[in-house]
Amino acid sequence: MILWQLFTSFFKIGLFTIGGGYAMLALIQEEIVHYGWMTPHEFVDIVGIAEMTPGPIAVNAATFIGYRVAGLAGALLATSAVVLPSLISVLIVSRFWARYKSSQGVQAVFAGIRPVVAGLVGAAAVLVGRASLQVLAPGSIHIPTLAMALVVFLGLLYRKWDPIKVLVVCALVGLFIFK
Amino acid sequence: MTRDKNWWKLFTAFFRIGLFTFGGGFAMLPLIEKEVVEKQGWAEKDEILDIFAMAQSVPGAIGVNTAVFIGGRLHGVPGAIVALLGVVTPSILIILIIAQFFEQFQTNPYVARAFSGVRAAVVGLIAAAAVRVGRGAIVDRFGLVVAGTALFLSVFKLIPVIWVMVLGGLGGYLYALTRGRLGQK
Repeated sequence: MILWQLFTSFFKIGLFTIGGGYAMLALIQEEIVHYGWMTPHEFVDIVGIAEMTPGPIAVNAATFIGYRVAGLAGALLATSAVVLPSLISVLIVSRFWARYKSSQGVQAVFAGIRPVVAGLVGAAAVLVGRASLQVLAPGSIHIPTLAMALVVFLGLLYRKWDPIKVLVVCALVGLFIFK
Repeated sequence: MTRDKNWWKLFTAFFRIGLFTFGGGFAMLPLIEKEVVEKQGWAEKDEILDIFAMAQSVPGAIGVNTAVFIGGRLHGVPGAIVALLGVVTPSILIILIIAQFFEQFQTNPYVARAFSGVRAAVVGLIAAAAVRVGRGAIVDRFGLVVAGTALFLSVFKLIPVIWVMVLGGLGGYLYALTRGRLGQK
């Protein structure tokens, strides 16, 4: 039963991951909260781990959550489920690639989906932010965390910092400054 | 293009791509280009951009989609599966190792403190990604309204995320229809 839930959840996540990683964070959170697979702040930790380890975030998150919920079988099943839509959709689309690319209908649909993806990534920032700013200060906002998030945001956007180095530095800052 | 079925080469090429790309998505593209175009000659240089565009506009992670496309073009469905396994195997192995120790890690006070820093960084990272994606995706007032509505609906969990995407696609189609952009076929 739980394996079936994992499979359908991650198949759905794979199917609706369009335009890359972060857009599906809102969807993953929706699924894990719905099934009670982990707490909101464990979810933030997983996003952190997925960032620091190689590979697509969707795949990392699937393996991790699958393992936590149902061991090795869960990990392999969730990971297979999250990549299965890729396998199906790419094999179909590559067959009709030329026609697909120039279809005005397809173009119009994507002109609507692209801004949705931007909105969903924004929503992921708000949702993850809300979980993460309250871990050290339940019910209110942890100011040092907020300040650090803001510095990271500006540095990535205007100074083109390397995300991996940012994570390592922030881990060290947390280790020595936060309690 | 070589037609002899060198499965091992296909697997290891995508294994390397999976192993050395951190942060997922767009970070993978330069490495994929180097491996697929320059080293293996599986695609032409100007063709790879079209492949990336396709990989972004169908369901699934970009790196995974590119692997399926290249593998499938070389050796059909079995090729697609081999390339897919190559690109996800490093993630699976590394995450399984980390997951083994996660519970012990979590209760360790030093790790807990380090993770409080990581959590702050993750918020900044996602917020920056939202701005970057928004810059590319929001090109007119219609896009701004759609993005704002999607943000609002999913932050307050008014309708499931999947419906937000379906409505966005439908909205894009109707908008083009009212603008008469779908007239000439």
